[in-house]
Amino acid sequence: MDMQVAKKKLGLKEKYQVMTRGLDWEPSYQKKEDIYPYASYEGIKIHDWDKWEDPFRLTMDAYWKYQAEKERKLYAIIDAYAQNNGHLSVTDARYINTVKLFLTGVSPLEYMAHRGFAHAGRAFPGAGPRVACLMQSLDEIRHAQTQIHALSNYNKHYNGLHDFRHMHDRVWYLSVPKSFFDDAVTAGPFEFLVSIGFSFEYVLTNLLFVPFVSGAAYNGDMGTMTFGFSAQSDEARHMTLGLEVIKFILEQDPDNLPIVQRWIDKWTWRGYRVLTLVAMMMDYMLPKRTMSWKEAWEVYFEENGGALFKDLARYGIKMPKCAETIALEKDHLSHQAWATFYNYGAAAAFHTWVPEKEEMDWLSAKYPESFDKYYRPRLEYWREQAAKGNRFYNKTLPMLCQTCQIPMLFTEPGDPTKICYREVDYKGSKYHFCSDHCKEIFEHEPEKYVQSWLPVHQIYQGNCFPEGTDPTVEGFDPLAAVLQYYHLEFGRDNLDFEGSEDQKNFDAWRGQATKNV
Amino acid sequence: MAIAAIGKYEFAPADALDKFHGAQLLYIGWEDHLLFCAPFAFPFPPTMPFRAIVEQVLPGSFGYHPDFARIDWAKAEWFKSGKPWQPDFDKSLADNGLKHKDVIRFRTPGLTGIAGSCS
Repeated sequence: MDMQVAKKKLGLKEKYQVMTRGLDWEPSYQKKEDIYPYASYEGIKIHDWDKWEDPFRLTMDAYWKYQAEKERKLYAIIDAYAQNNGHLSVTDARYINTVKLFLTGVSPLEYMAHRGFAHAGRAFPGAGPRVACLMQSLDEIRHAQTQIHALSNYNKHYNGLHDFRHMHDRVWYLSVPKSFFDDAVTAGPFEFLVSIGFSFEYVLTNLLFVPFVSGAAYNGDMGTMTFGFSAQSDEARHMTLGLEVIKFILEQDPDNLPIVQRWIDKWTWRGYRVLTLVAMMMDYMLPKRTMSWKEAWEVYFEENGGALFKDLARYGIKMPKCAETIALEKDHLSHQAWATFYNYGAAAAFHTWVPEKEEMDWLSAKYPESFDKYYRPRLEYWREQAAKGNRFYNKTLPMLCQTCQIPMLFTEPGDPTKICYREVDYKGSKYHFCSDHCKEIFEHEPEKYVQSWLPVHQIYQGNCFPEGTDPTVEGFDPLAAVLQYYHLEFGRDNLDFEGSEDQKNFDAWRGQATKNV
Repeated sequence: MAIAAIGKYEFAPADALDKFHGAQLLYIGWEDHLLFCAPFAFPFPPTMPFRAIVEQVLPGSFGYHPDFARIDWAKAEWFKSGKPWQPDFDKSLADNGLKHKDVIRFRTPGLTGIAGSCS
């Protein structure tokens, strides 16, 4: 009698084949171009979708298994951190302002990335990239959820974290990360993948998830460190997807090269401008510092990114032109950014301050060419005035860049004493830019950016007051009305750290935790 | 149409003159004074005399700086879109040729910010 032999289990490669390509089909009663209307209009030519190889061959069943394991660990640590009053073990309450900025500025981007990858995945006629995009879309919504959970511990105790979703669509500085992602998700699916999958994930997010998250650990924030490292293990897969996409597109047709190069140039610059927030978080907002923004840029962009672009040279891809401008800005970026938030500290959902003397000495050592000459005198003047009860709050609204939407705070490449002004006349109207790169991005697609929702202009048009506000009544206070529209409570969520409720509560609670009073 | 799109792609600019309730935007920067992190944006009626900007608006916006009280306006150098330009203080913004979203800057020779740092 013949023995029944159990059928051999499928190998990883076969299983992936069956669970992805095997589920695809050729349409018979609809035209393929009607099902995939976004597949060709960007000019990208794909001749053989089956050439796409998913580098991780991840299937849904494996995804649940790995991620559930990671989530259990993550939430165990977050729970332990919450139950142990971990918020009192951070270096000092100034640190919590980085968490506020992260939750309001970055976490909504994870959610938008989820939507973007879901949309891009639906748009591709090939089964391989569709599945890879689906997996990344799931990762991104998990990242949004875990970040909100990790950071919500702080919301129980500190101000400014109460309404991040509402703020994301309204608050002036949050228009910078918001416009970045709105620009990406309203592009075609190929541009979206190059913008987020490659330029942002591969080239730039290391700067957020490695040195900044290490900074969280250095400052005693185990919750943030844990979600950061949990996300970073997915980022490795995202980065590989981003790189594979570029290689796949470039190998399909030589006509794709100039389109991809332009996208890389554009999105490296747009992503870098968003990272302005990270530069000041590292240099000014972490009470215990790990490395300077400049050092992080040198390691994660100039060295790592440089090696990547050398690798891509065989496809004809060149280092983005903006890298030269960025090299000139790295000595100045964090100082100029922090000065801007110090200026507008009455309209931010977090606190600002002048660094302590030893912090200035640290900055001076890290930035010997620029800090003492250009930035220390300004900060010391502000400190002297604040001590006299004359803390500087800039009450006039700034001019913004039409593309990146950041106030025109950046200086001429090579001259940190002169604001960089660029302008374009388009269809009888003037548009202004902070740099040659933002100007070029506008000039390539002006129709897209003439619609920019610039917070300052919207305020002046009367669109940023609570419903029913009458700005013509006597004694109308526009700033108060704008802060109400933001859901930002004056005197609690904003103004200087010195004297804030956060500062007082943290000191009192830490006192209770460490002393018998 | 420069933009790649699946169909017609035409939208009105979000910052057209008719959306500012009779005002036009003017951007003003003070050279060598980066204590103010960026140039300012103002909504002004086009009939407003230029003098009113200098005498009534700028003190509220730039007056915090110790250099502001030392400005000799007769010596101030003006620039429009980066090129030398001379405003007539007694004429209106419109008669000075200032249009919606124009950018002007002024330089105050001898005044170079906190401890000469251009702050």
